[in-house]
Amino acid sequence: MSDKKQTTKKGVSRRNVIKGVAAGAAIVATGPALFNIAKADGHAIKIGMPVPLTGPYGKESQEQARCAQIAVDQFNAAGGMGGRMAELLPRDTKLKAGEAATRTLELIEKDGADFICGSLSASVQLAINAVTKERKKIFMSISQSDGINEAKHFSRYTFHEAMNPHMTAGAVGRYVFPRNKKRVAFLIADYAYGHEMARGFKRAGEAAGIEVVAEVKHPLATKDFSTFLPQIQAARPDVLCLCNFGYDQLNSLKQSSNFGMKEQMLMVAPALLYSQRLSGGADPYEGVIGGTNYHWTLENSIASSKAFNDAYRKSNNGMPPSDYGGYGFSGVASLLKAVKAAGSTDTDAVITALEGLKYDNYKGGQRYRGCDHQSVQDVHIIASKSKKDMANDYDLFDILHTDSANEGVLRTCDELSKLT
Amino acid sequence: MANISLELLALQTFTGLALGSVFVLLGIGLSLIFGLLTVVNFAHGAFYMLGAYAGVFLIGLTGNFWLTLALVPVVVGCIGLGVERFLVRPLYGRGIDYPLLLTFGLGLVLVELVRITYGLDGVPFDTPKELRGATDLGFGFFPTYRIFIIGITALIVTALWLFIEKTSFGLVIRSGARDPEIVRVLGTDISKVWLIVFAIGTGVAGLAGVLSAPMRSVIPDMGTTVLVEAFVVTVVGGMGSLVGAVVAGLLVGVVVSITSLVAPELSDLSMFVLMALVLLIRPQGLFGKKGLMG
Amino acid sequence: MSDIPMRDTELQVSGNRLAGIVRSIARHRVLAVSAFLLLFPLIMPYEALAVNILIFGLFALGFNLVFGYMGVLSFGHAAFFGIGSYATGIAIVHLGLSWLPAILLGVAGAGVVAMIMGGMAIRSRGIYFAMVTLALAQCVYYLVYQMSDWTGGEDGLTGVKAGEINLGFFEFNLVDPTAKYYFMYVFVVIAIFLFSRILNSPFGAVLEAIRENENRARACGYNVLLTKWYAFVISGLFCGLAGSLNALHLSVVPIESLHYHLSGQAVMMSLLGGMGTFFGPFVGAMAFLLLEDIITTMTTHWPLFLGTIFMIFVLFFPKGIWGSVLHWMKR
Repeated sequence: MSDKKQTTKKGVSRRNVIKGVAAGAAIVATGPALFNIAKADGHAIKIGMPVPLTGPYGKESQEQARCAQIAVDQFNAAGGMGGRMAELLPRDTKLKAGEAATRTLELIEKDGADFICGSLSASVQLAINAVTKERKKIFMSISQSDGINEAKHFSRYTFHEAMNPHMTAGAVGRYVFPRNKKRVAFLIADYAYGHEMARGFKRAGEAAGIEVVAEVKHPLATKDFSTFLPQIQAARPDVLCLCNFGYDQLNSLKQSSNFGMKEQMLMVAPALLYSQRLSGGADPYEGVIGGTNYHWTLENSIASSKAFNDAYRKSNNGMPPSDYGGYGFSGVASLLKAVKAAGSTDTDAVITALEGLKYDNYKGGQRYRGCDHQSVQDVHIIASKSKKDMANDYDLFDILHTDSANEGVLRTCDELSKLT
Repeated sequence: MANISLELLALQTFTGLALGSVFVLLGIGLSLIFGLLTVVNFAHGAFYMLGAYAGVFLIGLTGNFWLTLALVPVVVGCIGLGVERFLVRPLYGRGIDYPLLLTFGLGLVLVELVRITYGLDGVPFDTPKELRGATDLGFGFFPTYRIFIIGITALIVTALWLFIEKTSFGLVIRSGARDPEIVRVLGTDISKVWLIVFAIGTGVAGLAGVLSAPMRSVIPDMGTTVLVEAFVVTVVGGMGSLVGAVVAGLLVGVVVSITSLVAPELSDLSMFVLMALVLLIRPQGLFGKKGLMG
Repeated sequence: MSDIPMRDTELQVSGNRLAGIVRSIARHRVLAVSAFLLLFPLIMPYEALAVNILIFGLFALGFNLVFGYMGVLSFGHAAFFGIGSYATGIAIVHLGLSWLPAILLGVAGAGVVAMIMGGMAIRSRGIYFAMVTLALAQCVYYLVYQMSDWTGGEDGLTGVKAGEINLGFFEFNLVDPTAKYYFMYVFVVIAIFLFSRILNSPFGAVLEAIRENENRARACGYNVLLTKWYAFVISGLFCGLAGSLNALHLSVVPIESLHYHLSGQAVMMSLLGGMGTFFGPFVGAMAFLLLEDIITTMTTHWPLFLGTIFMIFVLFFPKGIWGSVLHWMKR
């Protein structure tokens, strides 16, 4: 009821904006009053979700928002927090850090969001984090990054539900390198996330005694990789680690298989994404090994996965959810669990509740580590199936191995605290 | 990479030429339209993207790569016809800023329309069976498909050159570029010439798009970076010069390729440094006529 | 570029009451903008949007000096905005300076870049000028991208916090949105005042002479190249201030502050508002950002609307919103 009142008010004020430019003073007088009401009227628990709904990763982030909504619906269906319902406010960041910062300010200043959860891409989440920590709002990040764990960016208001490149690349490296893959080449997207993945691989490689035979950095969002590939080919590696993401990954895979490189070496991609594989087709990805937080076939062994899949299927024509959808669901579900446990939306109380939370939202047991609020969780090693091995349209990956949740795969608290 | 062998250098140069031939295809259309219509077509990248999506659509319809390859330039060229007739034509005589700004807006609209029709994420597009795999060049293996692109580019460039230099219609085009008033006075319908040139320019962009589809992801955004690359090529070559577009396209390709070998992370920057250098030394581009844009 | 809307001050209308109001606004244009912007946040849905309009209005204003008043299209103005942002950010994050020297450093940094870019580009003309400025701005982009120890590279520069600002008689923090708006407001009003003075000076008249006929201006004995260069640098200073304020506004400097999309946005805002008019850039920035804010909450297809609106303006209202208002008044 109170919700409804508020949206109409908001609508009026928007129209005022247009009229106001021309008409002036009368509205100037009433304007502020409207907004003050809108701000104070905060009965719903509001979770702002800045994600890049448009742009190249629109599909992933729309999935994030869809799954987050499921978490909100489940919370509300269970009666909310003593009758107080939750509300999700998705906003488009256009995959730009500046836009994300503005949208986050909007969510906090105009909509009075209690929590912020979201984003995709490291630079965007760091921008959101900068805004939220200055304003002492909890930010639940659901996109991969190492930087956000480090003392330079971390604050007690920062939580990281997604895996980080260190643990993903490390897990993949620990699986691949000892299997007689000692000559290693790297193709690295030249930005923090790419470098972080390469560093994760190299750490894992030290133990396995790898030899780095080629290391090529390419600019972000490269369309044509042909000029980077001959030098890698000439180095004759056993394995090529693709430290890039999204379309960079798809393009480099497509083009390296044109060069006949797939027959010569194993392709490894730490962030092997479900929806990317779906849109890229089976051929370019066939046989590629990577890491993931989630694949829907986990439902065969994990009860919470089954429940999450079923909830998703119900509203999406029987399609299973994606890995990034899982992040969106789990990030919001954790926030709401903590709100329930704390019995309030007070920031400090919710932080305490989150720090003590042991949860199983969709993939088995997880918890947030004390020193960096990084979610400790299972990492799955997967291989992309060929077209003929797929049982159905969504049966994309084989799960080869699981690195079960443990702090040992993360960088130590001591190391992180020194990175200022 | 400390040890760069001669073979690798040869392969890298060849890679640059192959990359360059895509640049050539992109640059030609833009340069042609500018040379004759003095329209800076900011929707060029969008037409390239339309080519790829038209390819996706037609291959779904016909199942034949070669037929698709032949049809795409026609389809995209027809869209170009409509654009020139109804959107660009009212702006002639208003200075070069307005068509530029209009096509900029048009680019946004076209990309968004494709996004609405085909969705945000990419569409798969497989390399045709005949052209898969790699070919031994003596100094290294090279994807057969890319060799094929070099061939197609050579074919298109030759055909365009013959069309403009050897046919009577080409004569009208050339004289129209020099002085449209005189051509009109002599009784030729110059607006029809412009219409056709615009269609050819956009058609070639569409062809470049469908040729790129098997190598690069087919996504609505695919034209954005391509637009900038096409500009670099035409500006380096001299706006309006066909020869310039060919030479500059290959040059840019080789420069990018060699930079990728020595300092890969700077490969994107290299083409802009090249462009800045060329323009500072020769403000009208390598083959541009002086005072064209005066 | 023959049909650039006329300058507001040249407006000669009488009889019509509305036109009279417009004319007096045009006469006291600094006062009018200042008064409007003073009350502006009250009619905005949230302060961050008002601050954005302020900043981008200033950015478009600076850009308009070169594009609208001098008639030269530049695609490199993102460099000034971005360098203004980064210089301010680096001053605060790495050098530990306080807000005022940081802002001054931002403006100065943009000025230096504008001097260099202008010096290299000013000889080329027409579309080539647009392309040279684009190429040079891209070089700046990649340079900043690669210097990630100082700039944060792709991650952007985080931690740009002005902290408590103490003016001796008054203390406030930019985390408070209202304080932030009026803090920015002071800078923008000073900038507008200076801009108006520049336009009214003989220098401003030479600029328009160049726009109308470059050869005639040269024949009249004006040093056209030097005047162009001055205008380019001054324009860069204003855009640098806008960038500098943006760094304080967002408390991060995203790498896209240097992206050529931003240069394109300046063109769009100028065109939408009316190039070569004093109020045009602010009207354009306001229209652009308000529409964006409203439409993006309703649909994810904002570029479709943006592109369509843009095409409609090019085809039917080339004078832009404010330019068309002026034209209509004059009739």
